[in-house]
Parts: sequence; structure tokens; C-alpha cells
Amino acid sequence: MSWPALYAQLVRVNRHSTSLGKIWLSVLFIFQVMVLIVAAESVWGDEQSDFTCNTLQPGCENVCYDQFFPVSHIRLWSLQLVFVSTPTLLVSMYVAYRNRGDKRRLIQVSGFLGNKGQEEELETLKERKLLVTGALWWTYICSLVVRLLFEGGFMYALYVVYNGFQMPRLVQCNQWPCPNLVDYFISRPTEKAIFTVLLATASSICMVLNMAEVAYLIAKYLPLEHILGSESAARLVKSAILRRPNLALLSGLFRATVQSSDW
Amino acid sequence: APLIPPTTNPEPKMNWASFYAVISGVNRHSTGIGRIWLSVLFIFRILVLVVAAESVWGDEKSGFTCNTQQPGCNSVCYDHFFPISHIRLWALQLILVSTPALLVAMHVAHRRHVDKRIYKLSGRTNPKDLEQIKTQKMKITGALWWTYVISLLFRIIFEVTFMYVFYMIYPGYKMIRLVKCDSYPCPNTVDCFVSRPTEKTVFTVFMLAVSGVCILLNIAEVVFLVGKACGKHLHNAGDSSIGAWIQQKLRFF
Repeated sequence: MSWPALYAQLVRVNRHSTSLGKIWLSVLFIFQVMVLIVAAESVWGDEQSDFTCNTLQPGCENVCYDQFFPVSHIRLWSLQLVFVSTPTLLVSMYVAYRNRGDKRRLIQVSGFLGNKGQEEELETLKERKLLVTGALWWTYICSLVVRLLFEGGFMYALYVVYNGFQMPRLVQCNQWPCPNLVDYFISRPTEKAIFTVLLATASSICMVLNMAEVAYLIAKYLPLEHILGSESAARLVKSAILRRPNLALLSGLFRATVQSSDW
Repeated sequence: APLIPPTTNPEPKMNWASFYAVISGVNRHSTGIGRIWLSVLFIFRILVLVVAAESVWGDEKSGFTCNTQQPGCNSVCYDHFFPISHIRLWALQLILVSTPALLVAMHVAHRRHVDKRIYKLSGRTNPKDLEQIKTQKMKITGALWWTYVISLLFRIIFEVTFMYVFYMIYPGYKMIRLVKCDSYPCPNTVDCFVSRPTEKTVFTVFMLAVSGVCILLNIAEVVFLVGKACGKHLHNAGDSSIGAWIQQKLRFF
């Protein structure tokens, strides 16, 4: 798995994200991808070869390993990382589509500018950072929600497949062709449990960051004036989420509500 | 001498080179002591981990032999005495200890962004000026000073925490030759032998010593930054004798 290539791709797309998005990318990369590469792959390396069983019956080991480990943790985490990075491509596709439309319009309009002026204009078009409004805002929110769903879905899948984040030392199996009930010993269960908990924690941090980013985008760009019915209320909600609370506005709103409710 | 074919490891290895490239990018904004810390980190920790320690611990499980043929006893005893391998602990320690430097990098990037915006608003859109902002070395003052000191404190806390965790899991920092184990399914008490205990002890002690040196460097850097800030503050406040003395002492760094 070429993690550096994935990282390069994500960083390119990340130019159009908010600062929370950039923090999310760093957390994802340091605490999930790096921990996965550095540690987890060496801990799970001998998971099948060291799956020892208390029987010499041929085939019993394969069958029992398959029953208890339908999908390895490492594969689940790699899939999770790939799926969680994919929604960002939605945003980059939309940005490319916008840029293409703008480029075409620019070429039509500035046909008389000559080659050099046109090239400079095209360069600024490529380098500019788009403002997150309108359809781009919706695309961005969709990508964040999809990311949240994937991250939560994979964590739930891991929890369900392995009955929690613990790894037992001993499992008992009586699938055919095992004679009666046979003891099986998993290799390095404690180390595996430690890394499962670590990666689950990193996943949760990423989910919290994504939720915070959704809240931030909604607060910054949603037309709250229409929804709440008053401009002062909208400003109050925005200042509460984006900056320190505006106490003057708070007291004014309180006074207005008290006066209007005829107590 | 017979040629020994190189052992090909199919698992993808951590690319510490790219990790170093990312971390050393922060190097431009750190103090002299910070650069020494980074070199010590890279040469004596990352390089030693990659070149030597990983081959010493390579056969930690396959070479862990128990005096019984009971299936499963080997696995269970290994798991009981080695909940987490030294190599993984050191790799996690290196990752965590390098992370605060990214805090500083993010702060510098934010400051540059703000400076660029101010430049654009004030009308100076000359591309040479904007390039200059990118390559300019930030002075460690104001909020950046706080970010830097906080990142240093986090570094110290992480290092000390890991040293403590090491001591709790492997008391005495020494690797024993023989462990006695009686967890199920081992029948009675069984002797188990650890592979390469002396070599492992040597490397453990070495990595610990380098950790200690890194902690000292970080503490020295904190003292230096605090001293510099105090010196400047006293100098500005008018009490020039102490301030000037502190500034003169710190100028050599």
C-alpha cells in the first residue's frame, strides 16, 4: 500500500479545506497511518503462522483461524483509511469542474488579451483558493458527512466482528474437521489489544474533528437570519460558535425577549 | 566465507527518511539547541532503531523457547511477559515526541498566512515580497514563543511518560535470561528462555541514555527561551544591568 502517494494526493486536495480539515489530515496521518505502518503491521505479521492449536488434525487450524478472523484487523484499518480519504476527492472533482468552466469563460472573454496576458490569468485561476459558498459548501458538507459515516461504520464493523476491542488469549473451536473441542492460542493478544484501542481512539478523535468542522461550516455560512427570524439572534449564534460570546448582544437579546413576551 | 542472501522482509517498512524530512522542515524556526536535539533524535535514536534494534528484536517470538511441548504454552508465556515489544514502544515514543514540532509548524504557517493577507490588503502585491514572507525566518516572540515553549513541555512530558511506562512493564530495564511461567495451558511451572537478552539489555540502556540526553536538551532549551524572554523584558523595563547580563550570556547560543 503506497501511503506516501495517498498522502501526496490528499495534501493537494487539502488546499481548499478549512483549517480544521488540515488538522484532521495531520491527525489522520500521524496517529492512524503512521501507527499502522510502524507498529501494527509487525504485530499482526505472524497472526496466522503463530496461531497455535492443541491438535495435530490437518485442516483444523485453517478452519478455526478462518472462523475467528474473517477479516484481519490490518485489512480493516487499511480499507478504513482508503474509504475515509475518498470523500475529499468529491471536493477536488467539483473544484476541477468549476475551474474548467471558469477557464473556458476566461478564454472566450479575453480572446483579445494575447497569449502572455491569458497565460497569467490562467495561472491565477489555478492557484486561487475558492471561497466555500454555494454548491461547494454543499459538496464539502456531503463529503464530511460521508467521511463520518465511513469512519463510524468501520469502527462498528470492527467491534461487531471481534466482539469488542479486546483480544482473547484462548479461543475454543469445534468446527469440522477438529475432533471435539480444541484450544487455540492467539499470538501477542495483549499487544494487539493495545494497538486496537490506540487506533480506535485515533478514529474517534478524527470523528470529533469532522463533527466540529461540520458545525463550523454550518455556523459560518448558513443563512441563519432567515431561519431564526432576526438578525441579532443570527449574529449571536454565529459569535457563540465562531468567536467569544458577545455579551452586549446577549443582554440586548435577553431584554428584547423579556419585553416581547409580556411577563 | 559463504555468501548469506539478504533476508527479504515482505512487510512494508516505516519510511523514517520521509518522516525526518517532515520534521526537519520545522528546523528552520527552532533555536540552536532545537537543531542539536533534532540531530541527536535522528542519529542516535531513529538510525539506531532502524539499523540495529529491529534486527535484534526480530526473532523475539520465534526465539522464545519454553521447556515444554504443550501447544500454546509458548504463545501464552510470551504474551504474559512481553505485553508490548520494546521496538513498538520506541517507535510510538519517537512519533509522539516529534509531534509537538508540528504544532510549531502550524503556528508558523498561520502567521505567514496572516502576514500575506496584511501585505495584500496594504496593496503590496509584489510577488517578490510574497516570496520573501515564505522564506523569512520567524522570530520566536509573542504567541509563537508560547507555542514553542508549550511544545517543548509536551515533548518532555511524553519522554518522561514513556520512560516510566518502560520501567513499569520491564522493571530494572534489564532483560532476564530465564522466566518462569505457569499460565494455562502450561503444565505446572515451565522454564522459558528469552532470545539475546544481553544484546537487548545493551540496546535498552543505550536508548534510555539517549532519551535522558534529549530530555536534558529540551529542559536546556526551555531555560534558554525563558531566560531570553526575561532578559528582553527586564531590558525594556529599564532595569538594564540584569537584563544586559542575561542577554550577553545567552548571545553565544
